[in-house]
Amino acid sequence: MGHEQKYVDKKYEVVGTRFNRPDGIDKVTGKARYGADASAPGQLVGRVLRSPHAHASIVKINTSKAEKLPGVKAIITSADLPDVTGGDQGLADILENCMARGRALYDGHAVAAVAAVDEQTAAQALKLIDVKYKKLPHVTDVDEAMCESAPVIHDRIITRGVEPKPTKPSNVAARTQMGHGDVEAGFAEADVVIEKSYKTEQTHQGYIEPHACLASVNPDGTAELWVTTQGHFVFRNVCASLLGLDIAKLKVTSSEIGGGFGGKTHVWVEPVALALSRKANRPVKLVMGRDEVFRATGPTSSTSIDVKMGAKKDGTITAAVAEMRYQGGAFPGNWAMLGCMTAFACYDIKNNQSIGWDVVVNRPKVAAYRAPSAPMAAFAVESTIDELAKEIGIAPIDMRLKNVAREGTLAPYGPTYGPIGIEHTLKAVKDHPHMRAKLKKNQGRGVACGFWFNIGGQTCTDLNISVDGTVNLTLGTVDVGGSRSSMAMIAAEELGIPYEQVRANIADTTSLGHNDMTEGSRGTFSSGMATIFAARDAISVLKQRAAKMWGITEEDVIWENGQALATGDSHSNLPPLSLKEIAAKSGRTGGPIAGHNEVVADGAGMGFASHICDVEVDPETGRSTIVRYTVVQDAGKAINPDYVEGQFQGGATQGIGWALNEEYIYGDDGCLQNAGFLDYRIPVCSDLPFIDTQILEVPNPLHPYGVRGVGETSIVPPLAAVGNAIANATGVRMTHAPMSPPRVLAGIDTLEHAS
Amino acid sequence: MRVSLSSTFDLDGGLGGSVDMHAETIADIMATLIDRYPSFQQLLDRGVAVSINGQIYRDDWTQPIPADAQVFLIPRIEGG
Repeated sequence: MGHEQKYVDKKYEVVGTRFNRPDGIDKVTGKARYGADASAPGQLVGRVLRSPHAHASIVKINTSKAEKLPGVKAIITSADLPDVTGGDQGLADILENCMARGRALYDGHAVAAVAAVDEQTAAQALKLIDVKYKKLPHVTDVDEAMCESAPVIHDRIITRGVEPKPTKPSNVAARTQMGHGDVEAGFAEADVVIEKSYKTEQTHQGYIEPHACLASVNPDGTAELWVTTQGHFVFRNVCASLLGLDIAKLKVTSSEIGGGFGGKTHVWVEPVALALSRKANRPVKLVMGRDEVFRATGPTSSTSIDVKMGAKKDGTITAAVAEMRYQGGAFPGNWAMLGCMTAFACYDIKNNQSIGWDVVVNRPKVAAYRAPSAPMAAFAVESTIDELAKEIGIAPIDMRLKNVAREGTLAPYGPTYGPIGIEHTLKAVKDHPHMRAKLKKNQGRGVACGFWFNIGGQTCTDLNISVDGTVNLTLGTVDVGGSRSSMAMIAAEELGIPYEQVRANIADTTSLGHNDMTEGSRGTFSSGMATIFAARDAISVLKQRAAKMWGITEEDVIWENGQALATGDSHSNLPPLSLKEIAAKSGRTGGPIAGHNEVVADGAGMGFASHICDVEVDPETGRSTIVRYTVVQDAGKAINPDYVEGQFQGGATQGIGWALNEEYIYGDDGCLQNAGFLDYRIPVCSDLPFIDTQILEVPNPLHPYGVRGVGETSIVPPLAAVGNAIANATGVRMTHAPMSPPRVLAGIDTLEHAS
Repeated sequence: MRVSLSSTFDLDGGLGGSVDMHAETIADIMATLIDRYPSFQQLLDRGVAVSINGQIYRDDWTQPIPADAQVFLIPRIEGG
């Protein structure tokens, strides 16, 4: 049944209020079952052997000694994962990333795996596998990888997007260019031009729960996978494709998830666990160690970015150019392209141009991380805008408002914006009490903006009404941030019943049609839409049943406030029928009452945010402490404000960690030196003040409630907001993130020597 | 109708630009582009989204296109 997707302004009873998440008690009491919390009779322990080299040919793998070890039930190498991808290079890259095929492409690349009866035996077996490597030249830095002299990682990579087409392979996978206007003419108009180069280091999503799964493959071709993931339907499809299984015969159940932030949108060990199980003919549980998570799963790109911007004395930006180099790890990605699309998206700049270079290096395959690629571009652009404002002598907030994008602005990536909320967030920032808070010695304040697209996608939802009137809502989008609560609230809103009457569950892949990942800030937007439509389907059934109970036609029944009402002069004396009363009689009026919806939830509204950061810098040590932090973001419509605020705070916290501490550190040997939370430091509660939030609601015209995604945009501004605050505290413009104490101290020293 | 292409797209050796055609839905646009430029299939395989009057559609090819709409093809975005 077709449903109206367009936004309708209405008064809500449940939506917009605050309820505790249904999974909260299980999580705080330790009852929640995560990826490592499943077990099966006869299960084995899986472990992976990883390359100690940044780049090496695998000359020979001898597993004979390990195979003879009592308790070892299966050992696999790439020979046990034949390429059945049918020429799909994207899938072939995933397969090669899961298990090296002839060459180890980065430190930590899997080369073999073992299934054994216990952890000790598996660990011992790994030591008995003899791998003969031939070390190859490596490159881990994005700029160095682009040099003519750099070792070429893949002979098959010929740069796309360059004319004439190159004839020789290189590490540059693609060149992207976008923008509009005449930038040279724009710079000629400018009174002030600022040109700067920036670098950002590679960071990890830092989810607390490592990747973990329990795989079981049967001789008849059926299989099951319990896994921590942001999208079990996509995992099912990818794993089945890589292993040559029938998709419907692989049942995937998503566990509770201890953080993903984009890193659990990709398969890493799951195909390996399935292959081990297939060979051993027993269930295999595989849990990554923390060092494995750092060395072999999805960090974000490190980047090198040049920005040039020009403005008139009145603050009008006349031209902007960015050239961005993003490394995607050992396999090609489109990360620089995303940087190009987002760099200038907050502004109406008549002449702008972004050029992106996607580069491969000997590092782990890059994965999405909350608004992938946007934070680095924003760091460069938002820092440069502050420098422009300083040079012109205009307040940074006014500089941004002067150039802000609005409905009708031509976006840098091509189309014209519909209704967007960036101007609203900037005005809210300007009026926010935070902007008037007094700063102490060595403290500075920074403001920065951020943009992310948000997406929709395929979604399938069931809603079943029990005979007592309680409701089971069956969802296929993994709950990563409290969406079960939000979906239950939406169902309650539509049906006109209390929130407590609805239980939301995440179904396995055999119970619903395909659902895309919970990624791209799509969960509440798309599953919310499907829930609204499924509830409306159920209401039409409830009206039919009420009509039957009354003996009148369905056209004479309406649904209001959780009950059926008979309309028209001849029926107005009939007492209302509640959902509970109709449900109680369902067995005698046609059977179970249910609603269903499958939808391609296109039309996700864009996300915009503006952040304020106060920082105090210790001039003796260069250590920066966040004193105050405020997030202002357009949510379209906040279904459950608690969890919207949680997303704002979480994204800001991760961005602050990226800005101040987090960094992959590689040695000259190309090996990661800080693969653990002791040496790779993410912020903890005691590092930060309370992150204040302000939710703005500029409705998305293509969602019935006006919802926009909120999960990602909040990580975009922090790098620049912190950098701008440090610049105002110290007078030092930091151009290299993280702005760790040694880098800040070096900047202060340089400034002092210069003066 | 004029369909504009992001400058990231490469049709027959040329980057970006625009193509005039008659199309009532996104599916019509895709079919016309594949018909005129067979190499467009490779772009589709990598991911193409369609912006209609500023709203981005990634998946629903049945989406109707209003008369005089601004239509822009851009890379298909995913997220984290």
